Amino acid sequence: MSKIRGAIHGIHRADDGKNRKESLVHPLSRVLVTFFYVLTVVSFEKYDLYRLAGMALYLLVLGLWDEISVRDMFGRIFPVLLLTGMVGIANPFLDREVYWQTGRFIITRGMVSMVTLLLKGVFCVTASYFLMMETGMEGICYSLRCLHVPKEFVTVVLLIYRYLMVLLKEVERMMQAYKLRAPGQRGVHVKAWGAFVGQLLLRSIDRAETVYESMLLRGYRGEFTGKNRAWNKYASLCYVFIWTAVLICLRTFPVFQAVGNLF
Amino acid sequence: MGLNKIEVENLSFSYPNGNRVLTDVSFSVTEGESVGLIGANGVGKSTLLKLFVGLIDGYQGKIRVDGFAVEKKNLASVRKSAGYVFQDSDSQLFLATVYEDVAFGPRNYGYSEEEVERQVTEALRKVHLEELKDRQIYRMSGGQKKLASLATILSMEPQIMLLDEPSIALDPGNRRNLIHILNDIRVAKVIASHDLDMILDTCKRTVLLFNGKIVRDGRTEDILRDKQLLEENGLELPLGLQRR
Repeated sequence: MSKIRGAIHGIHRADDGKNRKESLVHPLSRVLVTFFYVLTVVSFEKYDLYRLAGMALYLLVLGLWDEISVRDMFGRIFPVLLLTGMVGIANPFLDREVYWQTGRFIITRGMVSMVTLLLKGVFCVTASYFLMMETGMEGICYSLRCLHVPKEFVTVVLLIYRYLMVLLKEVERMMQAYKLRAPGQRGVHVKAWGAFVGQLLLRSIDRAETVYESMLLRGYRGEFTGKNRAWNKYASLCYVFIWTAVLICLRTFPVFQAVGNLF
Repeated sequence: MGLNKIEVENLSFSYPNGNRVLTDVSFSVTEGESVGLIGANGVGKSTLLKLFVGLIDGYQGKIRVDGFAVEKKNLASVRKSAGYVFQDSDSQLFLATVYEDVAFGPRNYGYSEEEVERQVTEALRKVHLEELKDRQIYRMSGGQKKLASLATILSMEPQIMLLDEPSIALDPGNRRNLIHILNDIRVAKVIASHDLDMILDTCKRTVLLFNGKIVRDGRTEDILRDKQLLEENGLELPLGLQRR
């Protein structure tokens, strides 16, 4: 399967995910908890690896509860690992103060800060991925409207998401047409890049316009009209309060260290 | 003679680049009538349909759809009355599941969730897709997508249906199924198509366009049997009539 097809399937899987379970929890609760989680994760000091590691608990519980594919998740995390790795790679060289030592084995503060940075990136992206898989883009946009985010902004977010799909499908079509007439060639030849990108833009805009026309013809006036499911108010409130309490605990106490001290 | 659902008087239209597509077109479609719109590529069939729902503006002449003049202030009413089915189902269907897509229109028109559910169920029943209401759109075949596209319009209970090449890319079974469904829908229909056999099976009246002008407006049987007329206008006898 081509990378483009893989990306299209990835978006379809995200769309599938939001229908996997009829959740009682309002999407807004999930958005709020995820937002709080991300804030909590980024608030850790750069050497606070012990307590930061405890934040994995949230992802572990959510991942198991929502039955999210570990393979898909790693596919999403890998580019973030590379990016944060590149950002943090200088830390071990710049910060060589000893953090922990046993015999000849030394861990410097730079190493710890690099791992902390990697974990922060991975945790934040994974939490966002879980939110996307279980709430879907429409759920997220609906939550934004509940928070009184301007409808113009929400519409733009939603349409970009739709446009992404249109764009990927056009890329796939054009790539297939190109490959069939350029056997044995890897990728698009540099000479064709200009025309290829130009055509892609024109074609995808054209298709996106048709999709938008289809929306207009069915009464779309820029307002979100997702299904108002019978979400349970108490379940949604409990979800927010319980997770907020857990996250505050994880932020305040070094849970993993405490568990380790028991043995 | 029933009430006029679409009235077109002296309609002319040119694209901004000066390309004149329609010239002095006049005709009407009455309640419950099914009209075929035929002609060679580029004669203005799709443009005419788009003008009916205000997707293109800047025309000269008069267009009234379900009593509303097609102008900016009436577009919401016009589009509520006239459902437009696109040629490409992938452009029509943009949400994740069949149910969500079919419910999109009624929700935008402010129906309650119970009413939305009723409308969606009824629309899907008409196109025989009740079983697929929770199916992901991307998992559907071309024929199923075409029927789902039709359902997205039916759920809004339109008074008029405008269909642009509805049978394109359908296999014989799905095409026949579509013809039966269209014949069962008792609202005014304008069907733009090159599939003259389908026009023969679904429309009692046909309008033949050539170079943006109406060449003939009359009984489908009469027009589609006229070999000379069809060939002069870039068409040919439908297969069904060639065999007879």
